[in-house]
Formats: sequence, structure tokens, C-alpha cells
Amino acid sequence: MTETIENVNQQQSSTDALLSVRDLTVTFQRQGEQPFRAVDGVSFDVRPGQTVGLVGESGCGKSVTSLAIMGLLPHRGVTVEGEVLFQGTDLLKESNNQMRDRRGRDLGMIFQDPLSSLNPVVPIGIQVTEVLERHRGMSRKAATPVARDMLDKVGIPDPERRLKDYPHQLSGGMRQRALIAMALACQPRVLIADEPTTALDVTIQAQILALLRDLVQDTGTALVMITHDLGVVAGLCDSVNVLYAGKIVERGDRHPLFAAPRHPYTAGLLSSIPRLDAPRGERLTPIPGSVSDNLPWDHACAFAPRCPNALEVCREVRPELVDDGSRALRCHNPVEVNR
Amino acid sequence: MSDNPLKSHSDRRKQRIDDLAATAGDTARTDTVTTAGTVEEAPGVSLIASAWRRLRRNPVFIVGAVITLIFIILALISPWIAPHDPAAQPLLDKVRQGSNPVPGPEPGFPLGADPAGRDLLSRLLVGAQQTLYVGVVATVFGLVGGLTLGTLAGAFGGWVDSFVMRMVDVMLAIPSLLLAMSIAALAPRPSQMTLIIAIAIVQVPIFARLLRGSMLAVRGSDHVLAARALGVKRSAIVFRHILPNSLAPVIVQSTLVLATSIIDAAALSFLGLGNPDDRKPEWGQMLGASQHLIGDYPHLAFYPAACIIIVALGFTLMGESLREALDPKTRR
Repeated sequence: MTETIENVNQQQSSTDALLSVRDLTVTFQRQGEQPFRAVDGVSFDVRPGQTVGLVGESGCGKSVTSLAIMGLLPHRGVTVEGEVLFQGTDLLKESNNQMRDRRGRDLGMIFQDPLSSLNPVVPIGIQVTEVLERHRGMSRKAATPVARDMLDKVGIPDPERRLKDYPHQLSGGMRQRALIAMALACQPRVLIADEPTTALDVTIQAQILALLRDLVQDTGTALVMITHDLGVVAGLCDSVNVLYAGKIVERGDRHPLFAAPRHPYTAGLLSSIPRLDAPRGERLTPIPGSVSDNLPWDHACAFAPRCPNALEVCREVRPELVDDGSRALRCHNPVEVNR
Repeated sequence: MSDNPLKSHSDRRKQRIDDLAATAGDTARTDTVTTAGTVEEAPGVSLIASAWRRLRRNPVFIVGAVITLIFIILALISPWIAPHDPAAQPLLDKVRQGSNPVPGPEPGFPLGADPAGRDLLSRLLVGAQQTLYVGVVATVFGLVGGLTLGTLAGAFGGWVDSFVMRMVDVMLAIPSLLLAMSIAALAPRPSQMTLIIAIAIVQVPIFARLLRGSMLAVRGSDHVLAARALGVKRSAIVFRHILPNSLAPVIVQSTLVLATSIIDAAALSFLGLGNPDDRKPEWGQMLGASQHLIGDYPHLAFYPAACIIIVALGFTLMGESLREALDPKTRR
């Protein structure tokens, strides 16, 4: 099986990985309904100081992957299989209490909508000190200066005053900075950012991305960047995983992947975004169809109905992820590289 | 840092929390212009501030608030402004000697006296105090009980939730006045405290159910997920992140419940289940005492009844407009 080859390949590279996700499969089961596999055999590694992107459109399993790593999926009706190794320990086997101790201390997470992710009735300062009190055993008094330094570090001006502010008194960018401060207060080794810039204005997006890049470089945090925005990926990620319908369809380092996408889905994503260096008047090419056209992965390529390169075999045989160490691809008929 | 895109952004967020889930579908509304002016001053307007702005212009709220305020002030200062001691019987002689068993208005007694020769106005004023006391204390007791049960159900979920909620459902299935009467009748001797306890018990399921529902909604919200992602303990999640954000509907409901508890208290007193000591007047009790004279002297029943109606109306108007102002679904 190619899956096993893939595992062997990654086992070699995972010796220095901080977080390695192995064959993660998340199935949602509702009474009286067909089980739905949101994430299907996803594997990737993140090394300290590295930024790994998970890219894909809505419903491809990006956020479910992040919640599964954090142990935040509900227990009822959800089956999580595979392994999430953090420094060699399988997080999926840990108890609720062990995971609660890890969250915020070893694993941090930033969410999409900074306003709704902050408690509206508690001042920012208390929300930051809460994490320090919880994981460092500090008193409120001792944690306050640390929280102030944290706010300063994420670029919130006048942090002393902002400590007492409520979330509605901050602007959108400030709120996201405050959320980042909360997530990084205990210096977690792994930070998962779930669409951290989607709810922000473009100018603020750039600032937040620069902030994340600096923090990753300064502290050696491993960053998992979940996004549908290829611009974010291009600016930040070292390695990119493209997800489609719960499976990784292509993986590669940022530059080779963007320069020469092999999977028709990746190629389609890239040609559907505007580029400054494209000739004037050139039209954008959308990917036809929608996720609802997908075939089941069991014995076909899910992307086949929307794929310009689809062959007969694509609707009959499931393509496997072929990994040559630096690049991985799941396609019967990849885009030719004419270079 | 460029300020303008930032503000218009926080503006849109604001609009969204204002509209909450009800209008989640159309966030791209064009009325951001209306709030743009106010956002110039501050980065955001809190939920309460914007509700207050709407309330100030709502005549229904003003009428309700004025009635409630007058009632509360009168009740508080009644011992000092009542022209006579409500228990004294200055006109007793008149009742005894005259052919008129209920003395009418005369100088110093603007509403006349009751059959025992006590000043009616003073009794009404001091009765306001008793009525307010019973209503407020019963509502506070009911609130405490309801919040405890609701928090239990909303925090633990599972079988605790099912158990508490089935109990609550059973209590809600019995008509509230009937339940209050049954509980008050259990007491060996009716007193003000049994009256308060009976009314409080009737209110417990209302608050419990409301708080539990509101906690369930908040439990699934983004900021609770974010708190869980930080490893915050369960107790802190419940008491710092869920409970404070679930209280608004309960607080609003308590003003409405205050109105029903005043009416219930009057009804129970009328039926003789309240304080039997008529030297401490209470509106329901005055109403009950006047029923055998209602054919000849309807004013004896009219005054306390009108007071009960006006006060209950005041609390209801205020509560309803508060609920409307804070309810995202009725926002414009």
C-alpha cells in the first residue's frame, strides 16, 4: 500500500517533528444517518519554528482537523482515529483532564472571529491573566505584569490601560492581537491558527500575519496555519498541505508548490485568484461545480466530477498519496509541468 | 495604523453582535451608516448602551418606569407620609354611634375610613410597602432557587439536566396560582413568610428553565470554545464565561415576574392565605376584607384593586419594553 510507504517516509522525517499527525480520521455519526467522514487519513508533521499550512475550501475538514488536535471535538457522535503525536505522546489517548492541562500550556489556538471569541463581560487583562493563573499557578497580582508585557509584545499600544478594557472597546485588529496574547501567554510549543485573518480588513491582515511570523521566528513555536486564503499561505507557510474533501491531495514546500502545482485542484485554486503579474484583461478561471458534486473517496477521486483532467480511471479507482519526501500528490492524471 | 478601515470593521462586528443569530444571514446590510456616526466617538457601543438609547425614546418604557418608580418611592416613604397610623382607629366612635358603618371622606381623611374606623389612605400607602416587600422578597427567593437549579442543569448537562428539567416541567404543568395556593395551604398557620415562600417556589421553575436554555446557547458560543482551547477549568468556564453571559434574559424576566408575584400575593391574601393580622394592611387582604360590603361600599374594594392593577401594569410595561430592547430578534 502506498499509505504505508508514506508512513515510513514520514517516520524518518518525524524524528525532529514537534507535532505529527498520523492518519487522522474524524467521523461524525448521527442517529439514523449515514456516518460522515470529515477528515480522512490526514498526516502531516510540524517542526519547531516551522509554519505548516492546511489549505482548502469550506467543508474540506480544515477546522475539524484543528479541533481534533486540540481535543475539542464533542465526544458523542464523533469518532477520532489515528494518532496526534506531540513530542512523541499520542494526544488522542490522553484523558480529558490531561488534555485540559495541555491546552493553553503546550497547545495554543487562535480563532477566526476575534470578537465572538472573547468573553464580552470580562476585561481583556483578566482573560489573559486567567491563562497564567491556570497553567503557571500565578496569583492575579503576579500575572498582571506578565499579561501587560504580553499585550505589549503582540503590539497593543498602551497595554496598561487596555488591560481594563472590555472586548467591545477594542478594534478588530486589537481583538485579534489580544486573542493571540491569550493563546501565547504560556508560550505553547504548538500554535494552531484557524483562519486568523478571515474576519479582518486587508491592512490589519498583513499586520497580524507579520506578527505571527515574528512570534514563530522568535520563540520557535510550531505554527499550524489553517486557511482558505492562498495569499496567507504564500506569505507565511513553509510547507503547504492542500485538503480536498477530508484528504490531503497535494503537499509541498511553498515555492515549488506555487510555481508548479501538480494536482488539478491546486492548479485550479491558483488560477482562480487574481495575480498582479498576470497580463491585463486576463480572466480568472473558477473551478466548476461545487463540493456537493463530490464522489465518495472509497472507489473514486472525490474531485473527479469537477476536474478538467479527469480520466475514466478517476471515477473507478481511488488515487493514493504518493510521497517522494519533498512533495506528495494524490492524482491519476496530474498537471504536466512544462518546465 | 490606518484608522478608518479599522473602524468600519469594528462597526460591522458591532452590527453583527447587535443583530446576533437572528439576522446572521444578512450581515451585509446597508444600515452601517446609522451607527457610523456614533462609532466616531468610541470604538464600540455596548449592548446595554444601545438598548438604553432605544429605551429612552420608548413611551411604553417611560410610563412603566414612572409608575414603578412612584410605587417604590411611595412604598419606601409611606410610614412618614401616611397621615395616620394604619392600625389606629380614629373614626371608631363615628362607626359605633352613627348609622353609617363606613365613614366617608372628611377633612383629614381624604378617602374616608374602613369599617373599623381606620384611615383608608394610610392603609393603602402602608399596604404598598407590604405589597412591595412580599413581591420583591418572593422574587429574590425564586431567583436564587431558579438560578441554582438552572446553573446545575446548564453546567452539568446529562442526567442532572434531565432530572432537574423534568422536575421543573412538572412544576410548570400546574397552574401557578393553584400551586401557590396549595403550598400556602400546607402551612399550619398562614403568615407573611408562608405567602412569600409559596410565591417564590412557584417562580423557581420559570427562572430555572430560562437560565438553563440561555446557558445552553452560550455554551456553544465561540468564546466558550476559545476558553476551552486555553485549558480553562470547567468551574471557571461555567462561572466566568457562561453564567455572566446568560443572565440578561433572567434579569429582564424578573421584572415581569415581579408583576405576577404582586398579583399572586394579592390573590393569596384575598383568599386568607396571607398575613392574617389586619393591623399590617396589605392590598389583597384589604380587598378580601371588603368583599361583604362591596354592594353598598364599592370604593372599599375599588381603591386596593386599582392599586394592584396599576402597579402590576407598571412592572409589566417596564419588563416587556426591557425585554424587547435587549432581545436581538426585535431589534431594528
